[in-house]
Amino acid sequence: MKFEIWDVHTHLAGVPGATPEERLERLLEYADRVGIARLCVMMGMKWNYDPTPEFMRQSNDEVMRAVKRFPDRAFGFVYLNPKHTQASLDELNRCVRDGPMVGVKLWVALHCNDARLDPIVERATELKTVVTQHCWLKITGNLPGESTPMDLAELAARHPKATFSCIHTGGDWERGIRAIRPYPNIYADINGGDPTAGITEMAVRELGAERVLYGSDAGGRSFSSQLAKVLGANIPDSAKRLILAENTKRILQPILRAKGIKL
Amino acid sequence: MNPEPSRRDFLKTAAVAAGAVLLRNAAAAKPAEGLIDTNVYLSHWPLRRLPCDETAKLVTKLRANGVTQAWAGSFDALLYRDIATANARLAEECRRHGGGLLVPFGSVNPKLPDWEDDLRRCAEQHRMPGIRLHPNYHGYKLEDPDFAKLLRLAAKRGLLVQMAFIMEDRRMMHPLLQVEPPSLKPLADVVKKTPGLRLELLNCKVPPLDLLKTGDVCVEIAMLEGVGGVSKLLAQAPTECVLFGSYAPMFYFESASLKLKESPLNEEQLRAVRCANAQRLLA
Amino acid sequence: MTSFEIWDVHTHLTGVPGSTPEERLPRLLEYADRMGIAKLCVFLGFGRQYDPTPDQLRQHNDEVLRAVRRCPDRTFGFVYLNPKHTQASLDELNRCVRDGPMVGVKLWVAQHCNEPTLDPIVARATELKAVVLQHTWLKITGNLPGESTPMDVAELAARHPRATIICAHTGGDWERGIRAIRPHPNVYADIDGGDPTSGYTEMAVRELGAERVLYGSDAGGRSFASQLAKVLGADIPNSAKRLVLAENTKRILKPILREKGINV
Repeated sequence: MKFEIWDVHTHLAGVPGATPEERLERLLEYADRVGIARLCVMMGMKWNYDPTPEFMRQSNDEVMRAVKRFPDRAFGFVYLNPKHTQASLDELNRCVRDGPMVGVKLWVALHCNDARLDPIVERATELKTVVTQHCWLKITGNLPGESTPMDLAELAARHPKATFSCIHTGGDWERGIRAIRPYPNIYADINGGDPTAGITEMAVRELGAERVLYGSDAGGRSFSSQLAKVLGANIPDSAKRLILAENTKRILQPILRAKGIKL
Repeated sequence: MNPEPSRRDFLKTAAVAAGAVLLRNAAAAKPAEGLIDTNVYLSHWPLRRLPCDETAKLVTKLRANGVTQAWAGSFDALLYRDIATANARLAEECRRHGGGLLVPFGSVNPKLPDWEDDLRRCAEQHRMPGIRLHPNYHGYKLEDPDFAKLLRLAAKRGLLVQMAFIMEDRRMMHPLLQVEPPSLKPLADVVKKTPGLRLELLNCKVPPLDLLKTGDVCVEIAMLEGVGGVSKLLAQAPTECVLFGSYAPMFYFESASLKLKESPLNEEQLRAVRCANAQRLLA
Repeated sequence: MTSFEIWDVHTHLTGVPGSTPEERLPRLLEYADRMGIAKLCVFLGFGRQYDPTPDQLRQHNDEVLRAVRRCPDRTFGFVYLNPKHTQASLDELNRCVRDGPMVGVKLWVAQHCNEPTLDPIVARATELKAVVLQHTWLKITGNLPGESTPMDVAELAARHPRATIICAHTGGDWERGIRAIRPHPNVYADIDGGDPTSGYTEMAVRELGAERVLYGSDAGGRSFASQLAKVLGADIPNSAKRLVLAENTKRILKPILREKGINV
């Protein structure tokens, strides 16, 4: 592959292994087959929609163990639950300020336009971390606490200095892209849905190539189907380069520099 | 025989009114200059291919029937979420075919995020003179505040607004694509609260006479039925509110053109319906 | 348009002013004249009963007889029957067709036409050489309780291979209706009544053959214009248009017209 590839969204899932270290090793084997240089990893070996503080800590411990084994190949994002503000702020300090983690992962515990996210986003921004928020628009009905891109747009409007990533671009990307379009501090992470042709072309057209990030949601999703969204897109190579690695490097650079990590 | 009850009532009243002015002279009136078709569609209807659904073929057909200008919407606008693409493609098709015959009317869906930008693009980027709305396919009723806002913004930008009441007979819709036509009851109030609005209703089988009589709203004749339907309508509504529309290529174009022959119309009425009313709306 | 002779196989005394049949039919013919239509087949009187009693049937037919008598060179009447009233229907067939000027049968929405109650009526009509015109529709919104579909017509036609049956409106949902009647060569598609959706006549000609397609309007509820457009605007050869606009109707009416000493 002629492009450098950083995957902004992966999990310790879809691969065998009794420990986080074993799992990340197997995941990296697949990443190697398709030429991916770096993975951002989040959430532990077991998942919970609405984790307790203890569950959060355990998840983050597992990711930090895995990343510790492969520091040149993986970064960790800290999994938080905005319903537990203090525990989340503590995890930010533990894992990001004092630990190796470089981003925030928010999932489906609470709609992200809720006011309880504000202190977390503020603190994450102080620490120079990107806040990645799972978003979906399901005609079948979202989970009770599952955010939409519209929710994220509201949050981003309240925090213009923060950097957000709209994970999955809302699934229904034709609407998701439009919802985040007016907010230049929101990036579209195009991972996770089917590789429906046109997603990346529309994202580039409407947001600009600088605001689109490649991610896979591996090992639940394949690397292939998600890479195809970029490699198969009718966009210039310069755009592919940005999406596949340069944008992610750019938004992680402030925190990596703060941690003394050279790219 | 299968007319809907409300249309039957309309026809009964209209028949009596028109009977009083039915012209005995069956000779054709001198054709007025120009023919503006305010209701054509480009691209593909989602449920089947239509004769003349390729733009070049449609242009040939329209020209052969004396059309000098055609206001074109796109079938893509009905279901596409990426409606910006639909509008861009429509503008491009109109530019590429017909040497100016086709005038694009893009669509705006006020239930999509950031829809105001679609309106802006229609006006500023594509330089469209108007927009065409499809409330039943876009999932809103006419009392929706977003609809009112859309009309206000369109009027502010000087855009003509067309609204397609229905796209096909309710009785034969595909089971997975059953779309109720909107109730027109809230429309009078919305129109009253939108000064400067120019609104044309498309595909209205039973024209709302009250609205037409206020002069704020026009209709075209594509779905108008009943023998002598056009003359009956002109007996009840202001002449300046009735426009020519064919709904080609969904309908045979001849349906609309033959209606002007079927109804006894004087020269002034013919000219008004054929082109003068449309020209005035666009001015 | 004037290059084609046009016979309209499906019209009513509606959409025009007049308190008597004799007043209404000439007004309808004024519109027909504007469109160059030579002959109209007329049926149903002023009432709108879905399920008429024998008295109501007779009234309908009397009204049409009066109208046709006023304009005998321009119009033919079809007798309105209700299969739920077999004897009354057979009597009306004798009164209006055997002993009167009517040349066809109109069946509407009283009962699904695949019911056995239609058998004696269709058999008798066929003896009298009268065509049987059956209203059909396929409504996703739900048919009326007694409203036939083209599939019902197909079943009836299979039981009466020598009858000439007209599937009025081709079921509305013509993409399905055409297919339903396709295997039965004694069923004709009357393309009147629905919207002038392009492709309709092309498909009918393609699937049934131009000889099995009939122009009708459902005027005065429908315009002549929108219904003629289905043929005049269709991408079919002029020879097919000629058949659809008049020749087919003339051909299927010829046996009874000859019986009545009417030259076509």
